[in-house]
Amino acid sequence: MARSPKKAEAAPVTNLYEGSVPTARLKDKVTYRHVLSALVDNEAGVLARVIGLFSGRGYNIESLTVSEVDRDRQLSRINLVTSGTRQVVEQIKAQLNRLVPIHIVRDLTDDGPSVARELALVKVVGTGEKRVEALRIGDIFRANVVDSTTKSFVFEVVGNTEKVDAFIDLMKPLGLVEVSRTGVAAIARGAAAIEE
Amino acid sequence: MAAEARASRSTSADSRESAVSEPMLGAQIVLKALEEQGVDVVFGYPGGAVLPIYDELFKQNSIRHILVRHEQGAVHAAEGYARSTGKVGCVLVTSGPGATNAVTGLTDALMDSIPIVCLTGQVPTHLIGNDAFQEADTVGITRPCTKHNYLVKDVNQLARTIHEAFYVARAGRPGPVVVDLPKDVAMGTGKYEHAPHGIQHKHKTYRPRLLPDSSAVEAAVTLMANAKRPLFYTGGGVINSGPRAVAALRELVKLTGFPITSTLMGLGSFPSDDQQWLGMVGMHGLYEANLAMHDCDVMINIGARFDDRVTGNLNFFSPDSKKIHVDIDPSSMNKNVIVDLPVVGDAGNALHEMIAIWKKRGYRADQTALKSWWRSIAQWRARDCLRFDQRGAIIKPQYAIQRLYELTKDRETYITTEVGQHQMWAAQFYRFNEPNHWMTSGGLGTMGYGLPAAIGAQIAHPDALVVDIAGEASILMNIQELSTAVQHRAPVKVFIINNQYMGMVRQWQELLHGGRYSESYTDALPDFVKLAEAFGCAGLRVSDPAKVDDTIKEMMAIKKPVIVDVVVDQKENCFPMIPSGKAHNEMLLGPVDSGDKAIEGEGLALV
Repeated sequence: MARSPKKAEAAPVTNLYEGSVPTARLKDKVTYRHVLSALVDNEAGVLARVIGLFSGRGYNIESLTVSEVDRDRQLSRINLVTSGTRQVVEQIKAQLNRLVPIHIVRDLTDDGPSVARELALVKVVGTGEKRVEALRIGDIFRANVVDSTTKSFVFEVVGNTEKVDAFIDLMKPLGLVEVSRTGVAAIARGAAAIEE
Repeated sequence: MAAEARASRSTSADSRESAVSEPMLGAQIVLKALEEQGVDVVFGYPGGAVLPIYDELFKQNSIRHILVRHEQGAVHAAEGYARSTGKVGCVLVTSGPGATNAVTGLTDALMDSIPIVCLTGQVPTHLIGNDAFQEADTVGITRPCTKHNYLVKDVNQLARTIHEAFYVARAGRPGPVVVDLPKDVAMGTGKYEHAPHGIQHKHKTYRPRLLPDSSAVEAAVTLMANAKRPLFYTGGGVINSGPRAVAALRELVKLTGFPITSTLMGLGSFPSDDQQWLGMVGMHGLYEANLAMHDCDVMINIGARFDDRVTGNLNFFSPDSKKIHVDIDPSSMNKNVIVDLPVVGDAGNALHEMIAIWKKRGYRADQTALKSWWRSIAQWRARDCLRFDQRGAIIKPQYAIQRLYELTKDRETYITTEVGQHQMWAAQFYRFNEPNHWMTSGGLGTMGYGLPAAIGAQIAHPDALVVDIAGEASILMNIQELSTAVQHRAPVKVFIINNQYMGMVRQWQELLHGGRYSESYTDALPDFVKLAEAFGCAGLRVSDPAKVDDTIKEMMAIKKPVIVDVVVDQKENCFPMIPSGKAHNEMLLGPVDSGDKAIEGEGLALV
């Protein structure tokens, strides 16, 4: 199972080159989940380069979102959730940085606190007590009902991955028939922007 | 980097007055951009989608076109040209099959970090995606086998894109770049844009780090100064960095008195006739080099990438050493081997800084420890791991290459190889003293590399002796390029070590599969002498050890391309060898200590 890295490991001990990680941490064989964000030129093929890099080198993608974020500068942002040992994640970041249209890669799991959110649309079909219970749980999760028929609801739920997972789990016995998730969008906390 | 300064031909002030000139044809823009980038030779093959560019080539005299016989040959020839000159190699091929045939060459250049710009024709933009005649998704196909690629859809972006392609190909860790040119772009009219000024113009995103972090270099030098059993392990990065890096490496090795070994790609960066030189490291490296890698306490890796052919079993790789790794590519750091001191930057810059710090601090290696280290090395050397017996009436392959070296060493000689046993014997028995004189397919291991690469090197160095040390199986993979050599008067010599087997395949079948030589014997080989003559080359054959010297001398005296068919011992295997899955100190020195169990367990599944 992927774990989140311990807080004590957050600050790099040395700075031999940008983003370098101490040897002892690289030898850690535990698999961690990392949220990476990259600013890329919004040009044809850039997403294919990123995906090809992951499939070609056997890295794992748990989720990937991409959208234009700066029309004037033609920049898109790719948010990527991956998991791997420390050595593999460092390798992923270095390989991403090697792609020509990539401006910057940030490890939001490593480089200080961050917020990550995703949105899910969850279709639940049912009548009677199950339908009422679905609505009640929707309330608890602050999910919006964005479509309704006499026997179905579409909930819109927003939160971190764990919250969305929990909501979906609870809806399963209540008539869940379909899920559509956006994948993770993430951003660092604090005043500093990604390019600073 | 020095290579950049050389590659960028200065343009007169007049033509630079306005950054943008009068409208011209896309094909003219292509030629003008190549010229401005210092291209004097293009290796290529015409076809429908590149006809407008070939028409412009026809009308000018500054760029020479070398017509190959297969697009794979064009890329390998450009690699040979690039590796022997330090410049960017340039390729021009058509759409569809032209581009797909180039893929092996591009992958080869990517694996060996060779700067190539490959222009591919493409169907007109309005037909892209329609399965048009000779259409292929070239940017899609070449994405994983290039450093970067472009599809130019606007003729006004053409010049800028080509300039950028050359910058990306040569900057940082070099590599191949594809520029896909739809026919309507080549036939359209647009504005020419000059290359950006200055050697280190700022690219929007791609700005590899060239200057290493000073504190990292200082830490490295301190480690080196305190070493008891130090070892330099150098690779192709030193050669790619240029003559300045090679000179600095030689100075630093002399200054410290440390032993030095090198990868297959790095041969020539340090003189092989020097006492501090241990020979090549790795699977078929020298015993003393591999034992030194295993036992050293400080390893100084300059521009090598801990390839699996070098490290053997990673669990037992140099267990007691602190590892310094200088590399221009951050993704090389900690990829295969976790190192203690990564230094990201250009090898030349790092080496110069190391020399400066070593001198400034007045460091001197621990002489007692170093002496005892050299004594261990002397004992390993005394095993004479390259020993072979040239007895009887059959030529040993090692002997043929050794004689080739002895008879050609006083001339300027460039050596290329194909892939297999002959390649390893060439690396072991041909001794290199200068960089850029040795061209072999290291990373990808491409059979068929050597002949076109030799042609590329010969085009760049018309008066030098260029020899492709080949195997009889490999040479048949791109034999058609003999025709290219004849047409362009490139008097390359093909020195075939002919044992009628795919020798390295046979050797592995012997070690791994009980000697069941499945499909590794070639029946019905051509008569190479007659084949040479059919192409308009000279053909020689030698099977008597006593006549090897005379045959080589005859080969050297002939002013046109020559094939020498050297009929050698069919059963000879390439030693020493680290069997797959084993450690450096478990080398096989020869057939005497190999047995049924030379390779076992996980090693069987490795390549």
